[in-house]
Amino acid sequence: MKRIYLDQAAAAPVRPEVLEAMLPYFQERFGNPAAVYDLGTQVKDILEEQRGRVAALIGARSNNIIFTSCGAEANNLAIKGAALAHLKKGRHLVVSAIEHHSVLNSARFLEKFHDFEVTFLPVNRYGQVEPERLRKALTPATVLVSIQHASNEIGTVQHIAELAACCREQGVIFHTDAVATAGSIPIEVQEMGVDLLTLSGPPLGAAKGTGALYFRPQLRLVPQIHSGIQENGRRGGTENVPGIVGLGVVAELAKAELAERARHLKSLREHLVGGVKDRIPAVIYTGHPEERLPGHASFCFEGLEGEALIFLLSGQGIYANTGSACASKALKVSPTLCAIGLSPEVAQGSIVFTFSRDNLEEEVDDVLSELSQAVERLRSFSPVWRKRMAAASGG
Amino acid sequence: MRFLSDCKADASADLVYRACPMHLLEPAEFLRDLQTGQVLEVITDYDGALEDIPAWCVKHGQEFVGICEDEDEDHYKLYIKKVH
Repeated sequence: MKRIYLDQAAAAPVRPEVLEAMLPYFQERFGNPAAVYDLGTQVKDILEEQRGRVAALIGARSNNIIFTSCGAEANNLAIKGAALAHLKKGRHLVVSAIEHHSVLNSARFLEKFHDFEVTFLPVNRYGQVEPERLRKALTPATVLVSIQHASNEIGTVQHIAELAACCREQGVIFHTDAVATAGSIPIEVQEMGVDLLTLSGPPLGAAKGTGALYFRPQLRLVPQIHSGIQENGRRGGTENVPGIVGLGVVAELAKAELAERARHLKSLREHLVGGVKDRIPAVIYTGHPEERLPGHASFCFEGLEGEALIFLLSGQGIYANTGSACASKALKVSPTLCAIGLSPEVAQGSIVFTFSRDNLEEEVDDVLSELSQAVERLRSFSPVWRKRMAAASGG
Repeated sequence: MRFLSDCKADASADLVYRACPMHLLEPAEFLRDLQTGQVLEVITDYDGALEDIPAWCVKHGQEFVGICEDEDEDHYKLYIKKVH
């Protein structure tokens, strides 16, 4: 059976050129980058080269990049590290209601163990934070604001430069989680005006266990992994050298391929969205119709459960997700979908397709065919759908 | 320990919250870029720096100028004059 993988946001295969670049660092070039002899210093030089490549992807300087084990760790370091380093300013945080768990739970940790007050900002029906609402949420005690660059669940891209400017006016640190956007849409940290930015390797085609945090020059952070001189004393633990080499290679590739990749992904997305709207009734295209990730299409199908749909599709070799990879196993309605105003019944029918550069238009045709059959089948034995049909026909 | 009332420097190395032994590694990097006679300010929250930095200056032939206390902040400012 042919496999059509449309869950790029959850995991992606490591690109062959990335794997090839990583391999020598498992055996031949195994030295610890903190060691003073040549086996270590050579690896340290390679590590610094990758720092430059990752920095170039987001328009930063290499000494403002901290390598982490994943995006979640980078989010933890950004939020807890910056908040704890600036306690004198106050103990108030603002995060959007649709952040990743690593942001929401870092904020809750500070609330529970460090007496912070957290404001969870609502979003509009597209999932965007409105600058005026953010401005009103800021207080003299606000230390940090964290708003994701784009949602992995509904694909909407936020107006980060505008939101960051609101914070800068008030001397508030601004963090954005760019795991969904790095390598997908252009990022320039200076133009965006962010103080902290998280990115992750796997969605780009790097190995799992890779991520990075950008921090503005002179911004103090309390380390969250305590050790020695690794990452210039900002993040302890020996660096994942093979992973970081892969991250550097993939960052360079992503920058070079960004425009072409976005064009290809957008074309696949539009083909899928158009086909779904033409073939399947009672479907909501979630997130912003235009201001969204190029390779992201998310829907809620009325009268069925997304889990069941995913199951049926995977039986046909089609892999998609019901929401973010982390939220989809929680067996409860996604907070993101609730935050954009969908009822729990509708939100249960959520499905998310995220494309990669390797996907083809013919694959989308296959997906459309299987998807419409699966939706019809699930609705045929759905009491919710039968009730809806009866109401529509006046019965 | 010499306490300073007039704290002026030509460059500043902010090592607050940076893990030990960054307070001994980063000043050397900064001093490399300074001219002889110029002063480097080292800002740190690490108590051990009060002993380590003067000792490091002796070992490396640099001049430890002294320390400035900032009562509003939870960190120290130590001053090193570049000798060579």
